[in-house]
Amino acid sequence: MKILVCISHVPDTTSKINFIDNGTKFDTNGVQFIIGPYDDYALARAIELKEANAGTTVTVLNVGLAETEPTIRKALAIGADDAIRVNAEPTDSLFVATQIAEHAKGYDLVLMGRESIDYNSGVVHAMVGEMLGIPSVSPVMKLDLEGTTVKMQREIEGGKESVEASLPLVAGCQEPIAEWKIPNMRGIMSARTKPLKVVEPKTTEASVKTQKFELPAPKGAVKMISADNVAELVTRLKTEAKVL
Amino acid sequence: MATLVFVEVSDGKVRKTSLEALAYAHQMGSGVTAIVMGTVSASEFETLGKYGAQKVLHVADARLDHPAIQAYATVLTKAMQDENADVLVLANSSLGTPAAAKVAIKTNASFASNVVELPAPGFVVKRSIYTGKAFSFVELKNQKKVIAIKKNAAEAKEVGGSAQIVAYSVALSDSDFNTKITGTEKATGDILLPEAEIVVSGGRGMKGPEHWGILEELAKTLRAATGCSKPVSDMHWRPHHEHVGQTGVKVAPQLYIAIGISGAIQHLAGVNSSKCIVVINKDADAPFFKAADYGIVGDAFDVIPKLTEAIKAMK
Repeated sequence: MKILVCISHVPDTTSKINFIDNGTKFDTNGVQFIIGPYDDYALARAIELKEANAGTTVTVLNVGLAETEPTIRKALAIGADDAIRVNAEPTDSLFVATQIAEHAKGYDLVLMGRESIDYNSGVVHAMVGEMLGIPSVSPVMKLDLEGTTVKMQREIEGGKESVEASLPLVAGCQEPIAEWKIPNMRGIMSARTKPLKVVEPKTTEASVKTQKFELPAPKGAVKMISADNVAELVTRLKTEAKVL
Repeated sequence: MATLVFVEVSDGKVRKTSLEALAYAHQMGSGVTAIVMGTVSASEFETLGKYGAQKVLHVADARLDHPAIQAYATVLTKAMQDENADVLVLANSSLGTPAAAKVAIKTNASFASNVVELPAPGFVVKRSIYTGKAFSFVELKNQKKVIAIKKNAAEAKEVGGSAQIVAYSVALSDSDFNTKITGTEKATGDILLPEAEIVVSGGRGMKGPEHWGILEELAKTLRAATGCSKPVSDMHWRPHHEHVGQTGVKVAPQLYIAIGISGAIQHLAGVNSSKCIVVINKDADAPFFKAADYGIVGDAFDVIPKLTEAIKAMK
């Protein structure tokens, strides 16, 4: 079986977000980049499936410029066999989905995170499924293979849903589908020589254009209330904050 | 030319976030056609009119009682054509967002999810990004547009109209049911966390699942949904769908009450769209206080019952 895992290269979840050049560019200064946390779950599940099913290969795909290569190498160190980098900035969901669909043909399972934690669109899996004419399911918390049937559990508002579909399939993943894997020394050494193919993007006409970024207005100082005077909190929530 | 609004129902009832989608479309200023699928309680149609729909397309196909995303996308695409609608508006959800993305591909539309405000001139929408830590302003360039709104992007309010109800059907094939739903487990009778106006969340400071009773009592008094921090869900004290944070549910209530949660940045990412945040923690140095509007330093087991009593006394 061939599995494609699509990973995003995103700021660490603890990063302070800032913009430069008049709010038109993300400030990478001091920011550490990681494999998208949801993509990391997808990758971990892919490696588990590879370990359980002989002859399974895992390819990692990233849409990004050369700076993402350390992130891709980390995915190879975790256990992917080879990688593809589509040499372009991942500007929007449609663009990224178009690039993935271009390379995803021939794979049985296309896994990725439920969303990237930078732009939070949460739709690339649905778009790729639509472009390839195959089912897409997200956010998947459990994924098991029985022959060509994929049995999944999907999170829905206030609960979960059991879903089945046939391969080939696209899945957007989230916890607790698998435990994150930490690369070991052998993995890190072998990742250096695993194939990483760089390809140029398919040209598309942009359907959206990001004009600028903005940070939320800063929050006022916290008002502390004594634990002996809880009634005051209730009064303030009612008359001052007007939320009760 | 009308704006098409996809209205989602849950157990026959219109979801509150869908009423916000109706309000959003209504405020955009063009005519509003709502489309609703599956079994719907009769009284709900009246609600749609009151909240701004001039026309309601009802697809009374029982197969759509389940969230068959592909089939929903097919119906919405056809409805956009038949209604000559250039814009589709809907609320972000586990059904709506992926269906909308598929519609965008089928209709060559510009797509934006997580939209938090009405479009500015030139069809520029404001989106919540970096898990609530920033916003982007995105121009939707194509003639057709699909907009999935985040909770509170528009205030659901009655505008006092009535809608014409039209039975609508679209031929669906096997390929529209390419996923099979074999079961659903849903918390019953509870207020859905993503839609709640008040959320009461507990963290490790609650010391164990057996202590959740007092927190649930507080939530009940406030008519609030209950949430929890990641460690609490990881330790299986509470189900995963209650996990609020970066990798869990992102909430946007009027009031968020965090009890015994230290306030890791990943948790804050899930709550930073809340209007008012109250933090109750024994540790005066808990980082969450910096992100709070009101704070109480105190023991959860002492403060929670007092808070419940104070709210009951107010009512």
